[in-house]
Amino acid sequence: MSDAKKDRPLLEIKNLEKRFDLDHGFLETLKFKQGRVVRESRSVHAVNNISLEARKGEALCVVGESGCGKSTVARLVAGLLTPTAGEIHYGGQRIDNLSRGAMQPLRKKIQMIFQNPYASLNPRMTIRQALEEPVRHHYPSASAAEVRDKVTEVMLSVGVDPSWAKRYPHEFSGGQRQRIAIARALTVDPEFIIADEPISALDVSIQAQVLNLMLEAKESRGLTYLFITHDLSVVEHFGTRVAVLYLGSVCEVADTATLFSSPKHPYTRALLSAVPQLKDDRPNHIRLKGEIPTPINLPTGCPFQSRCAFADARCKSEKPKAIHQPDGSMVACHAVEEDRLDAVAAG
Amino acid sequence: MSLLSVRDLTVKFAMRDQTVTALNGISFDLAKGERLGIVGESGAGKSITGFSLMNLLSRPGYIDSGKILFEGEDVVQMNDKRLRNLRGNRMAMIFQDPMVTLNPVLTIGQQMIETLMAHRKLSREEARQIAIVKLREVYIPSPEERLEQYPHELSGGMRQRIIIAIALLLDPQLIIADEPTTALDVTIQADIMELMLELCQSNQVGLILITHDLGVVSQMTERTLVMYAGRIIEAGRTREIINDPQHPYTQGLINALPQQTVPGQRLKQIPGNMPGLASIPAGCAFNPRCKYATDLCRSRVPEIVQYGEVAVACHEVQRLHSDEDRQEARA
Repeated sequence: MSDAKKDRPLLEIKNLEKRFDLDHGFLETLKFKQGRVVRESRSVHAVNNISLEARKGEALCVVGESGCGKSTVARLVAGLLTPTAGEIHYGGQRIDNLSRGAMQPLRKKIQMIFQNPYASLNPRMTIRQALEEPVRHHYPSASAAEVRDKVTEVMLSVGVDPSWAKRYPHEFSGGQRQRIAIARALTVDPEFIIADEPISALDVSIQAQVLNLMLEAKESRGLTYLFITHDLSVVEHFGTRVAVLYLGSVCEVADTATLFSSPKHPYTRALLSAVPQLKDDRPNHIRLKGEIPTPINLPTGCPFQSRCAFADARCKSEKPKAIHQPDGSMVACHAVEEDRLDAVAAG
Repeated sequence: MSLLSVRDLTVKFAMRDQTVTALNGISFDLAKGERLGIVGESGAGKSITGFSLMNLLSRPGYIDSGKILFEGEDVVQMNDKRLRNLRGNRMAMIFQDPMVTLNPVLTIGQQMIETLMAHRKLSREEARQIAIVKLREVYIPSPEERLEQYPHELSGGMRQRIIIAIALLLDPQLIIADEPTTALDVTIQADIMELMLELCQSNQVGLILITHDLGVVSQMTERTLVMYAGRIIEAGRTREIINDPQHPYTQGLINALPQQTVPGQRLKQIPGNMPGLASIPAGCAFNPRCKYATDLCRSRVPEIVQYGEVAVACHEVQRLHSDEDRQEARA
């Protein structure tokens, strides 16, 4: 393997876009406007020109509020959706345009964990059936005993008692089901795990258990994570790098420690200040005006302008590009670029 | 006299093959204008407590024993007419999902005006004016136009503001809010919390805030009850409970939060799960998950007693405290 290839990130997302059409077929595109019939097709701009990288062993967290496109990014990377434009590379290979057959070997390497363990386990399969199925599928030559051993080994490693194997998902609590879902992802020895809000549906004391399990798996198996969440305290704990999304665009990408100690983008600052703190009385909560606009008719310019206290004429007309900062973070904001932020804060 | 006084409230659910106890003799008081938080995990009984206070439990749930004195009058004994006067008028409730609370086929205006006219002798126009004032109080822009809109036309944060406006319509003494911000994004949650705090303080309205989020409780309330498997296991001033929790479960809950651990390190998890209502262990319900549990904990339910600044239901609180002191001394 050449040095250049070794240095490449495991996952590269380049200028990724995804639009969901709202009007399907010719008839739905016909609209009646000002006394005339016109053709118009609307679409949801879920992901707009996103570029991200994840190196081996990293936990890349994608954060943002509902509707920011974070789950769409996860589904695009997992190959569950096809991008409208842009490229996804995994281990140096382009994967977004692969056929079903060509995608098969990658499905073993890339596994996904979903938010709701009540929906992601088939209620009519026993735990053993649910865990054995992926092994059988990806290792067709394995004997029944080998499959059984593999599943038992993984069950033990994630704290699922092998004696539960004959039971059905409804017999387990949410935390136990999420363990089983994690076990199912790990049975095929993946390299890369996409986790879409894996602990949001769980109680606090159970969240800690599942998060610990995912950290252990990361260390013992050398996993790389793409972790989608809205919970910033989880990001600070789990992530090595963070991408903050707003309305389908990246606001800021930085190392976790950098992002939490010196957030730069006005949205990142507001987001961090809004988290309810346990011990202090939130002295400087930055209040955002308004709410997230709809991704159907995206404003021109910066997606955050309608709620930003620093927006000016340039923000309204020109979409900011992500620019490298001295501390290694990438920030897409005209105000940061022009150094207007702290000047205003000081004045 | 306190606004609300709950004494030995026991709520049971009659299932087909057995009767389970969802609330087991809980007692607490709320002063006028006071803000109280109820925390716990799913199944702890916090929502059931909220429903019971308004006598809203429906079969198979029922209040088995105990008193709920609201301004001196027992809610449990009230007839339907008295209850109608109580609900909405003197006590109002806010739920997690505003889409479930709002009627999707009526406009915001119809729902607000209807509520006002059902409780007060008002003309339609008078009711409309009050509705507009209330919407303005919760910072809804152009309230006259909102009155004509249907719930689906509004965003989640806007809907929750309208729910708050409806809860405040009849100037109640007490608002029971069951996870009011859980379905909202953090930036919207921060806004709604600020709004509720402001309204409660300026109108001297009491608040019972039911949530699983300790951060929300910490910022919104003066006193907190921690519930586990149908009992109150710790109660006291919110500040004291957050800064110096006494019960091993409360300690575990706070220590399990990611912000309590150095990033990347193992979180301090509580082992096991909360027991289901049908299989609550003998003695202290927390004993199978508690590292301090003794034979006494496995056989007798601890009474809730005052310990320092807070009330705790734990046999081992004294030993635990000295253990902590030793740790502190070592550190």
